[in-house]
Amino acid sequence: MTNNKLSLQDIILNLQQYWANQGANLMQAYDNEVGAGTQSPYTFLRANGPEPWHAAYVQPSRRPADGRYGDNPNRLFQHHQFQVVMKPSPSNIQELYLGSLEALGIKPLEHDIRFVEDNWENPSMGAAGIGWEVWLDGMEVTQFTYFQQVGGIEVDSVTAEVTYGLERLASYIQDVPTVYDLEWGNGVLYGDIFKEPEFEHSKYAFEESNQEMLLKHFDEFEAEATHLLSLGLVHPAYDYILKSSHTFNLLDARGTVSVTERAGYLHRIRTMARKVSKVFIEERAKLGFPLLKDTDLRDKYIGENGKYAVKETK
Amino acid sequence: MSTFLLEIGLEEMPAHLVSSSEAQLIARVQTFLADHRLSVGEIKPYSTPRRLAVQLIQVASQSESLSEEKRGPSIDRAKDDNGDWTKAAQGFARGQGGTPEDFEERDGYIWLTKQTAGEDAAVILKKIGDEVVSQMKFSTYMKWADNNFLYVRPIRWLVALLDSEVIDFNILDVSTGRITRGHRFLSNENVELANADVYEKTLQTASVMVNANERKAQIRQQLETIASEHDWVLQLDTSAAQDLLEEVNNIVEWPTAFSGSFDDKYLQIPDAVLITSMREHQRFFFVTDHEGKLLPHFLSVRNGNDQHLDNVIAGNEKVLVARLEDAEFFYHEDQNKTIADYMGKVKKLVFHEKIGTVYEHMQRVSQLSEYLAEHLAFTSEQKLDLARAADIYKFDLMTGMVGEFDELQGVMGEHYAKLFGEKDDVAKAMSEHYMPTSANGEVAQSDIGAVLAIADKLDSIVTFFSAGLIPSGSNDPYGLRRAATGIVRTLQDKKWHVTLTPLLENFVSHTSDVTNQADLSAIHMFILDRVRKIAIDSGIRQDLVAAGTHTTTSDVVAVADRIQVLSQHAEDDNFRDVIEALTRVSRLAVKQVTNDAVDETLFENTAEKTLYEATQNIDVSALVLQGAEAIYEVLAKLQKPIANYFDVTMVNTEQVVVKNNRYAQLNMINRVINELGDLSLIVIK
Repeated sequence: MTNNKLSLQDIILNLQQYWANQGANLMQAYDNEVGAGTQSPYTFLRANGPEPWHAAYVQPSRRPADGRYGDNPNRLFQHHQFQVVMKPSPSNIQELYLGSLEALGIKPLEHDIRFVEDNWENPSMGAAGIGWEVWLDGMEVTQFTYFQQVGGIEVDSVTAEVTYGLERLASYIQDVPTVYDLEWGNGVLYGDIFKEPEFEHSKYAFEESNQEMLLKHFDEFEAEATHLLSLGLVHPAYDYILKSSHTFNLLDARGTVSVTERAGYLHRIRTMARKVSKVFIEERAKLGFPLLKDTDLRDKYIGENGKYAVKETK
Repeated sequence: MSTFLLEIGLEEMPAHLVSSSEAQLIARVQTFLADHRLSVGEIKPYSTPRRLAVQLIQVASQSESLSEEKRGPSIDRAKDDNGDWTKAAQGFARGQGGTPEDFEERDGYIWLTKQTAGEDAAVILKKIGDEVVSQMKFSTYMKWADNNFLYVRPIRWLVALLDSEVIDFNILDVSTGRITRGHRFLSNENVELANADVYEKTLQTASVMVNANERKAQIRQQLETIASEHDWVLQLDTSAAQDLLEEVNNIVEWPTAFSGSFDDKYLQIPDAVLITSMREHQRFFFVTDHEGKLLPHFLSVRNGNDQHLDNVIAGNEKVLVARLEDAEFFYHEDQNKTIADYMGKVKKLVFHEKIGTVYEHMQRVSQLSEYLAEHLAFTSEQKLDLARAADIYKFDLMTGMVGEFDELQGVMGEHYAKLFGEKDDVAKAMSEHYMPTSANGEVAQSDIGAVLAIADKLDSIVTFFSAGLIPSGSNDPYGLRRAATGIVRTLQDKKWHVTLTPLLENFVSHTSDVTNQADLSAIHMFILDRVRKIAIDSGIRQDLVAAGTHTTTSDVVAVADRIQVLSQHAEDDNFRDVIEALTRVSRLAVKQVTNDAVDETLFENTAEKTLYEATQNIDVSALVLQGAEAIYEVLAKLQKPIANYFDVTMVNTEQVVVKNNRYAQLNMINRVINELGDLSLIVIK
């Protein structure tokens, strides 16, 4: 196989091209710290409400507690996810996914590919789904989820989310011992780009972060998000929720958040996540769900007796 | 005679639901056929991860016609004074789809024979979508696309064929047809079925082994062949191996077994870690030599054929090695710290956000263990070992190994505790306190492990109840029912008579804020309910179980014992007479409850006197200590005297003193009867 050694950027380019061909819109990585591609507003917010949405993007995902100073072959402070969301979930989504592996030169007949039950849950974002992890010759390379609940709200239209762990996938394709040996592109290695930031971010998160500043920021971000939500300013509010969440993750990595405080912080994030989902739907409903074209569904949701029908005020 | 085929095509189901769903489909089809009086010669089940199917052989062309006699109103209500049919009679005729002309008069009533003609099989089978497929129940559900319909996984295709004819119905936007799907990769997506008979054969050519039992036998044979070629020992009959075989069978449609290897150097890692890495994480079968020593090889099964198997083997080996690398790293790292280091970290570990930390949980468990040890008269050495075990028993949760391999909690605790120089009895409790880990799993064997297992589970139940986190319906997220079952089974196995309620009252009064909202009588009922469940699951009649568990005692061993005794005697020739006599006593006794002593001078007949003589030496508390069998034997001997007594004695006599004395005598006997439960709940046939 000639493209056995696709570089990481080739993998991204192939996936982008493939999913664009399947009708996904290519978004850019969200410019706010997130822990997973799911937290991007292109997934989290858009999963609620009845509007169709098809998107694909790379999302650098920060998990301070997973930092290993660049020493561990697989664990990273920040890894990259390739995220695909298709809403409503197409009936051939599994076949589309398998097609994407072929686009990376992975021929199913030469491997063992399985869909192994794995249901996903992110309690702090009030999100849960049903699905699988996909095994490629015994290695988990993709998380496949049908969202059932997001922001504590049962979804109207089910999103199929396909999340590729890019480092994992690339490690498999390039067959290298550690992520740092991966070729990003043009002969430049992953380690050349990320080893130093991995070390520095780990040192920061575990040893040097300013606790008082972070605690103060958390409170300020939360207050800002809450204020913005009351004004119906969904997107800036969501940015501050993401900031709160990341700030909490930094505090948590440092291990100084006590048990009861930890539960309290998670509860505060969850409360905001629920609120923003609700307001997002309300704001989209006010706009008349512009992306919803199907007439039957429009009637179902915003027709006279629709779930989100605007009540006449006399 | 025809053949009918129903196939539900799904996205990959969770492996653990495939076999039970296949069985459920068959059961629902049987009910469906019976409801519609459609006879078939044979019902054949099929399943793979992507399909549930059933084939009906020798389907009758029509359902059986039915002739049912229905009774209507009595004749005097059916006719008015003029002999004309009343409204009631006419209504009855209408309701049954007949006319008054068809009435028959018999036994003082009017009767109508209702005829239902047979229906064509094709017409009946059209309803199988609504009445069977849509009705399937699962332990996990999802919705998909823009539908609200819930199912285990999305339905992607449906096949319904009566011989070569498609039976039309649809579920959501999926309509039935004759197109099934072959193996995802080895076959074309769409495979046409000529008729219902060729199902298994057609799928075989499309690389799907659709008969689950045959597929499993195939896997078994392939695995055993490879093992014997290499002279490896493969145990497939342990329950863990059976579970794995079942799971593997339900993640493949076309199995091909293969073997792989890993470096010898990893064999220094504890076997439990290696086996978990292989079995739980990768679904591999491990192999040993003839002495039972683990070998650096594994067996696995691919969903596909033997082409390019090298890629599959290399990939699987690589994943396993990455896990073993981690395991080896943690195994060495973990030994550089001490139990005290780990316990320091346990202080930060949440037990439940409403309850507190694992460390606080351990402190309460330590206290409960102490009460139990005292009650069970442990030796001072046992008490010391128990106290040490209770102080450290969750330390392994903070080790790197358990962080990575959480299913090894307890097992690593025991292993590390020994390495850290703890006594064997103390180390053993690290793993035993989790037992039993399943409904029928082994219970803790050592006394220290058993006490810790009971105390750990009791504290969970009390604190969760206190926090209002009480299981309801099928919802038991914290496994409290399993915990209660574990308590009961451990006590039973040890034959430890512990009255739990007073023990818990004392406990709650000393631990206050996280336990004092617990309703101890609700906990008592909760635990008794588990005693009941265990007895019923063991095949004991419901009424005997209900009788035995009707009690205020919280000594579950005694309760289980009396259920056992009642069940053992239920087949005795005189059981009916004994129970009738005793319940007659009980029913009367409760009408006038008294603790008065019996006055012999008030007896008016010899039966009273004989009964008194038969009972006057009974010492209830001594009997209770001897157990339910002794109580039953004593009571059984009273059957004749009681029967004779009631033949000649009117309890409710005019003379109040005599009457009161008779109640005193009945109550005296009833206090013994109560030690067996509420016998009036026993159904006498």
